[in-house]
Amino acid sequence: MKYVDEYRGSEYVSNLTEKLQTLSSRKVRIMEVCGTHTMSIFKHGIRRMLPEQVQLISGPGCPVCVTPSGVIDAFVELAGRPEVVITTFGDMIRVPGTGASLMEARAAGADVNIVYSPMDALELAEQKPDKLVVFLSVGFETTTPTISATILEAARRKIENFCIFPANKTMPPPLKALIQDPELQVDGLLCPGHVSIINGSESYRFLVEDHNIACVVAGFEPTDILLSIIALVKQVQENRPAVENCYSRVVTPEGNVKARKIVETVFEPVDSEWRGLGTIEASGLTLREEYGRFDVTRRLEIQIVPSSEPKGCLCGNILKGISQPPDCPIFGNRCTPGSPVGPCMVSSEGTCAAWHRYGDLS
Amino acid sequence: MCLAIPMRVIEIKGNSDDLLNPQIATVETDGIRREIRLDLVDRIPEIGDYLIIHAGFAVNCLDAENAETNLQLLRELAEGMEESAEGDRT
Ligand code: SF4
Repeated sequence: MKYVDEYRGSEYVSNLTEKLQTLSSRKVRIMEVCGTHTMSIFKHGIRRMLPEQVQLISGPGCPVCVTPSGVIDAFVELAGRPEVVITTFGDMIRVPGTGASLMEARAAGADVNIVYSPMDALELAEQKPDKLVVFLSVGFETTTPTISATILEAARRKIENFCIFPANKTMPPPLKALIQDPELQVDGLLCPGHVSIINGSESYRFLVEDHNIACVVAGFEPTDILLSIIALVKQVQENRPAVENCYSRVVTPEGNVKARKIVETVFEPVDSEWRGLGTIEASGLTLREEYGRFDVTRRLEIQIVPSSEPKGCLCGNILKGISQPPDCPIFGNRCTPGSPVGPCMVSSEGTCAAWHRYGDLS
Repeated sequence: MCLAIPMRVIEIKGNSDDLLNPQIATVETDGIRREIRLDLVDRIPEIGDYLIIHAGFAVNCLDAENAETNLQLLRELAEGMEESAEGDRT
């Protein structure tokens, strides 16, 4: 089965854009919540295909970008300790904190390793029994279950030299905060595909019922995204917001219940700070007491020192959707993917990186 | 951070009764093979099913037939379009 080609066929795409042109009569503001959507939208030039009345705004869906710089400083400080081995997903390594990035720490001798899975970090801990192997635990609902399963596996195998640095976040609380922001005036949400695999499409019901926001769960191929935008535009124009699932080949209404159970076994909600958005109630996760020994901030008594944004960086406003990358005076000159100043330029899912890479200035 | 493309299961290892040895699927796309943990899926896939994978774990499992049906649906929507939004309302 040619699974992917079918979703990229150009005749489907042009059918869909034509449809969208004829359909759009009033202004519709749509926030895409997921960094992978942002990337796909830019890569396939979807913004250019949209009628003028349909506006796409990028939201806080890049987990690296929303991690406050104080937390990144703590990662870098931890990396400098001789007994510690750091493991992380690749996109965190170049993000500058107030001072250095993990990459710079590595150049200065720190043991920093990029892993594909948190299980790779656990395996490294088994290989290095005299070191403390720490996994920088950043990510949303899709990533958290993989980390939870890894913690359970560490407990099962009794690996005591493995810890995580918990910095995981959950999606519904910031969504609620953002749609209530009068500056933003969002009509609809392009709901994340993979977060929804875990949470289920029904998890957006409150946005429809309590806040009158159109919600459509979307896949990642151009046809997926265009179909979902059409569905959103229709809902908004007909003023009948609903939860619609345009990614039903993968996402179910109830989501992955087993994965959520595993997360709840290991983690509990905690207030958490988001870059740009500030502290949001119950929007982060911390390890339950029973698994507290796997929390490096408890084991080594690490304090997070609040710190300011990198100088001149507008990432905070970009993550809120109220600024666009070209609004930033250092976009493309002092801040580029080769020498990033803010996190939005580092991660491949970051809004500034996507604008820069695909030059879509529409 | 998400791999949007489902990968096809070509082999299942391990035994569901053995808690200490969780089941692993070997998946393949375009000649690339990977071993994927099955801790998080509520159904153990069959050979030929598709898995959505994230950070070394399967987070969802779609049977081959269902994947085909959805594909067909998408094709129809793109061609016909009239029912686009109603089709999947939940
Ligand atoms: S261009 Fe660079 S400095 Fe400006 S907002 Fe984006 S990441 Fe921050």
